[in-house]
Amino acid sequence: MFSLINPDGTVVDRLPVTLEEMRALYADMVEARTYDQKCMAMQRQGRLATYAPFEGQEAAQIGAAAALRSDDWVAGTYRDAALMWRAGYPWDLLIAGRTGDERGGKAPEGVNVLPPSITVGGHMIHAVGLAWAERLQGSDRVALTSFGDGATSEGDFHEAMNFAAVFTTPTVFLCQNNQFAISYPRSEQTRATSIAAKADGYGMPGVEVDGNDVAAVLVAVREAAESARHGGGPSLIEAVTYRLGPHTTSDDPTRYRDEAEAEEWRERDPLIRIRMLLEKAGGWNPKWQEDLETRASNAIEAAVATAEALPLPTVDEMFERMFAEPTSSLRQQLDEADT
Amino acid sequence: MSVMTLAQALNGALDTALDADDRVVLLGEDIGRTGGVFRITDGLLEKYGENRVFDTPVAESGLVGAAFGMAIAGLRPVVEIQFLGFSYPAYDQVINHVARIRNRSAHRFTAPMVIRIPYGGGIGAAEHHSESTEAIYTHIPGIKVVVPSTPHDAKGLLLEAIEDPDPVIFLEPIRLYRAVKEEIPDIYFTEEIGPARVERMGKDITLISWGAMMKETRAAASVLDEHGVSAEVLDLRTLSPLDAAGIVASAEKTGRVVVIHEAPRMGGLGGEIAAVIQEQALYSLLGPVRRVTGWDTVFPLKRSEGHYLPSVERILQAAEETLEN
Repeated sequence: MFSLINPDGTVVDRLPVTLEEMRALYADMVEARTYDQKCMAMQRQGRLATYAPFEGQEAAQIGAAAALRSDDWVAGTYRDAALMWRAGYPWDLLIAGRTGDERGGKAPEGVNVLPPSITVGGHMIHAVGLAWAERLQGSDRVALTSFGDGATSEGDFHEAMNFAAVFTTPTVFLCQNNQFAISYPRSEQTRATSIAAKADGYGMPGVEVDGNDVAAVLVAVREAAESARHGGGPSLIEAVTYRLGPHTTSDDPTRYRDEAEAEEWRERDPLIRIRMLLEKAGGWNPKWQEDLETRASNAIEAAVATAEALPLPTVDEMFERMFAEPTSSLRQQLDEADT
Repeated sequence: MSVMTLAQALNGALDTALDADDRVVLLGEDIGRTGGVFRITDGLLEKYGENRVFDTPVAESGLVGAAFGMAIAGLRPVVEIQFLGFSYPAYDQVINHVARIRNRSAHRFTAPMVIRIPYGGGIGAAEHHSESTEAIYTHIPGIKVVVPSTPHDAKGLLLEAIEDPDPVIFLEPIRLYRAVKEEIPDIYFTEEIGPARVERMGKDITLISWGAMMKETRAAASVLDEHGVSAEVLDLRTLSPLDAAGIVASAEKTGRVVVIHEAPRMGGLGGEIAAVIQEQALYSLLGPVRRVTGWDTVFPLKRSEGHYLPSVERILQAAEETLEN
């Protein structure tokens, strides 16, 4: 498994990422975790609809997004808020989406991040089409799709991987293997030795990466993205990580997983690892940590305020979002609904 | 102007679209080298090259999902699925993504794409090759469903569907591919998606149909005419959105309506049409709205097709019963 930083914060061999870059990645991970914790709390307060936390997967998501160019495409899932945010999607829209407001799905112009896919697996092929279209139109944008270990059992995974390889599309497949598809463990999901190993069957490179090592994820995804950008076709990256929280706020992980195992992974927390690395390199101190947390908290609180200040959607908007121009029957139904 | 079959008109429309708009690309199984199982894309790979016309692996969900991504990224893909009965693996993509991305992204991302699907029976094909399950698509918000029955409409509606900023399912009546011919313009032209076409004016009874069943419907109208009954014939052409105003106007005019479709009766579009008429034109009706449809059976194999497909006789019988009132 490819890794650059050991769980104790020591460098495996040589770190091809500068201290400044590592500090920036760490700051982003702190901000992402602040968001995640805030959303969990807000859901418990009844301010958000169901929430799917990504705690423990910050390195996989921040590292992957940091490897992309700002105009590249991202097609992820309901657990990819950190990935989407680092790729340019604002926190306030992510929160708006979780309050149950379609306006949260509207990425700002220039941010090529699709709203998250809620059904499992159907979106991987979208990143194939996006990347394919970019290549046909003479652009060098790539598309990254993120999905979990469970999604690799869907037939859609096969179709997406096969199409991408057959048409050499500039697509990066990022599997965040967080060990569970709700309750179903990775060990039962497939008899393959690894998810990365499946790439071989499609004729594309596959690499298993320590998903809790932000530097390793960054380097691996960057290599895959740059290869794709220069005509090298698709790659599969399996970021091996662990979902520290529940599947969603409606889930109780004690029903299906050994808490001792979860504790072990807690010790491998991706944020702690980088903090130890930075500390050893003289790039971390408690004051900076405090600053980071204050800044993150301010950013998230501001985003919450923006999202919660959105007025209730009008009935018109529901009808107007269906087509470029509402059909006559929709106009008629709007009249009915609006009285 | 050239005399063309419906199949030739579709080929001409795709040719015109590829020529007029660089964003148009075609994707499908066997559409390139062989020109498609019904040869609708014949010659287009040779003419436009392998960056416009793509033969793909056999994967309907992948095909539609990839085209969806292409549409979001600025292309205008036209997908061919070989038969309506083969479209079901792609149903998830159509319902959950293609029909929803505009809503999900509040207009930021859209899927201007066309999914062409030959449909219907009457050619003695193998199982799954004769489906008329249009209603499972008309039930889905966010997608338009179009079905031409003439070469002129086939070309005009297909070009309009390709121009449409939203996704369109374009159903092609297999039985009529080469059964009808007419003179149509060689140039680029479009037909509006939405309005039904009054194909024949009448005053005593309205026959409403679309696609492949228009053949039997036209024949029935001619027989009625010979018997002194003036039948109005409505070719819906667009099944979603439904032209309720056009349907109601004709029902009010004649007071008697028969809806004819090849699809099974249960949950078929005939029920929706009858409901629209009773909601909006009940007091103009002189008798109950009748449905002549396929049965609620699996579409049969070759030797039993005659038992299943609505015939001119069945349409005439329903018309007669309606006229008795």
